[in-house]
Amino acid sequence: MFLQDSTLNTNVILLYNTSHTLTAVYFVFTGGHTTEILRLLSCLSESYSPRHYVFADSDTMSEAKIRSFEQKRAETFSTSQFTLDRIPRSREVRQSWTSSVVTTLYSMLYSLPLTYRRKPDLILCNGPGTCVPVCISALLLGLLGIKRAIIVYVESICRVETLSLSGKILYYFSDYFIVQWPDLKEKYPKSIYLGRIV
Amino acid sequence: MKSVFVTVGTTSFDDLIATVCSPAAMQVLQSLGYEKLVLQVGRCALDPALLGSSDVAVEVEAFRYKESLAEDLRRADLVISHAGAGSCLETLEKGKPLIVVINEKLMNNHQLELAKQLHKDGHVLYCNCSTLVETLQSMELPTLKPFPPGQPEKFALFLDQVLGIQ
Repeated sequence: MFLQDSTLNTNVILLYNTSHTLTAVYFVFTGGHTTEILRLLSCLSESYSPRHYVFADSDTMSEAKIRSFEQKRAETFSTSQFTLDRIPRSREVRQSWTSSVVTTLYSMLYSLPLTYRRKPDLILCNGPGTCVPVCISALLLGLLGIKRAIIVYVESICRVETLSLSGKILYYFSDYFIVQWPDLKEKYPKSIYLGRIV
Repeated sequence: MKSVFVTVGTTSFDDLIATVCSPAAMQVLQSLGYEKLVLQVGRCALDPALLGSSDVAVEVEAFRYKESLAEDLRRADLVISHAGAGSCLETLEKGKPLIVVINEKLMNNHQLELAKQLHKDGHVLYCNCSTLVETLQSMELPTLKPFPPGQPEKFALFLDQVLGIQ
């Protein structure tokens, strides 16, 4: 809970004063979550560029979806830029807590150098598996004074009453935590409810 | 041709396939004017080629997976689906009436949250395998409320504001 709003505001203002372009990292995951995050991206302007997509190495579906999304985008914005990176998944569905800690640490070995290389201004994440190690990496870079990224977490539309495990963790470590159902907003007061956004 | 599309996604939901293909269900479908039943059976242990019944005049077509179900959903007049969020949302976006069938063998499945909420808000019918036939019999599809599309532009506006992007 060491990320207070005051630090956040400073960063936001800094970002505003220095540049209107971002180096954004977006995190994309298996299944419906990829579709969800691409819908969110569909409305963002080209200020959110270049886009670095990171997803789990066990994810076979996302790459094609992202490529087709970016291809369409390139028809509108000819200078459009993006990269794709894979990291080991930190947690498979139904994996136990203790072994998740080990796999998350293993995933960190990849996500920390990657996050250092990309130095994102903004991290947008929405789901299982891979966003926790990447966000921890970004927080570490921030603590070391290397680069402070703004973390925006969007909980999946599937979550009506309870948060996902990633959501429960990142509720405390994200700058903006967005939920898509009013029940969750009531249970988690720090969250932001903008209606259904995917 | 009035058709029903049944989808179980990547799950194994043999009870649903067996219920839909039962003589009772097929007769109700026929009496409601459905002439075709398309089944996406996933990991179903039953042989898709052997599904269906010769007693009723409902044509049955079955397959395991397809890259996209968009075309099948578009063609359907009624969709019967497992509670998977992806299937439910895709069906509603295409404006098709939807019956969500709960797999009681998958308890504590977080995906149920969405199906329950969609039912509460009047967008879908909701049942389990044992009540599917009566749900089909008594359903009044025009009373289902349309599901408005989500608004990602609100998210874009929010981000632009907090990041100071114009």
